[in-house]
Amino acid sequence: MNVTSVIDEAALVDALRAGSDDAFAQLVRSYGGRMLAVARRIVGEDEAGDCVQEAFLQAFRKIGAFRGDAKLATWLHRIVVNAALTRRRRRQRRPEVSLDSLMPVFDDLGCRVEPSLPLLDAPDLAASAEVRSQVLDALGQLPEDARQIILMRDLQGLDTAEAAAELGISDGAAKVRLHRARAALKRLLEPVFGGEPAPGTGDDG
Amino acid sequence: MRKIKAAMAKMPMMLTCGEVEAVLLDYIEGRLSGYARFKFELHLKVCRECRDYLAAYRQAAALGAEVLGAPDDPAPGDIPEELVTAILAARDAENR
Repeated sequence: MNVTSVIDEAALVDALRAGSDDAFAQLVRSYGGRMLAVARRIVGEDEAGDCVQEAFLQAFRKIGAFRGDAKLATWLHRIVVNAALTRRRRRQRRPEVSLDSLMPVFDDLGCRVEPSLPLLDAPDLAASAEVRSQVLDALGQLPEDARQIILMRDLQGLDTAEAAAELGISDGAAKVRLHRARAALKRLLEPVFGGEPAPGTGDDG
Repeated sequence: MRKIKAAMAKMPMMLTCGEVEAVLLDYIEGRLSGYARFKFELHLKVCRECRDYLAAYRQAAALGAEVLGAPDDPAPGDIPEELVTAILAARDAENR
């Protein structure tokens, strides 16, 4: 049985906002197993517990910003994924990348310069453990702001206005942030699609 | 080829690659009006680079989401009781 399906989420969120110890314990017991499974996939067994702990503490601190019409499970999923990706990058001792260095390139005539990516349409790329690892590395290397909005849009399924509201920025700023983040992710993932690694991303030497 | 494309960009209705870049997200999310969408797609028809870019941009986002997975993807186990205890203790310590 899916434990969380029988929880009254609205009542739980109200109790969490009121600072209830019991509600926090219920949150951890109800959602912790699934979050642990997610963290294991990103950082492995040894560090998964620490990620889940960090994610719950963050969730508790941010419960005031939780949008009542969102689902707790997807919100917590996003928080634990973010915590695990950050931990993965730190463990690899890689810096966050600079988004500016990963933006699209145009030549002096204003034409886009685009590499050939022979594996772009390869089926089942995500089935390869090496590809999954490269994708997690790439997401982990994005600066926090960029990673957050990608996780909000592409993982949690928020729309632009919802993401903007949670981040406390305008819709226009959220659109620009998402576009730059996706452009950078695309550049970082070019090696997965058969292209050359972006300079300075830790995969070029 | 680039010179030809640069010259074409001076034609009415023909966007430059930079103009395509500026409205790319609006195009993907269906926010371009009929004429703006027509101009965007006209550019894609003649520009291999922008076509490839758009495809890779979409594919990268999709691959990221696929690798991270849905929240209720795998059948999760329970959270070990000692981890629950550690988390509750950490929260108490933070609240003090």
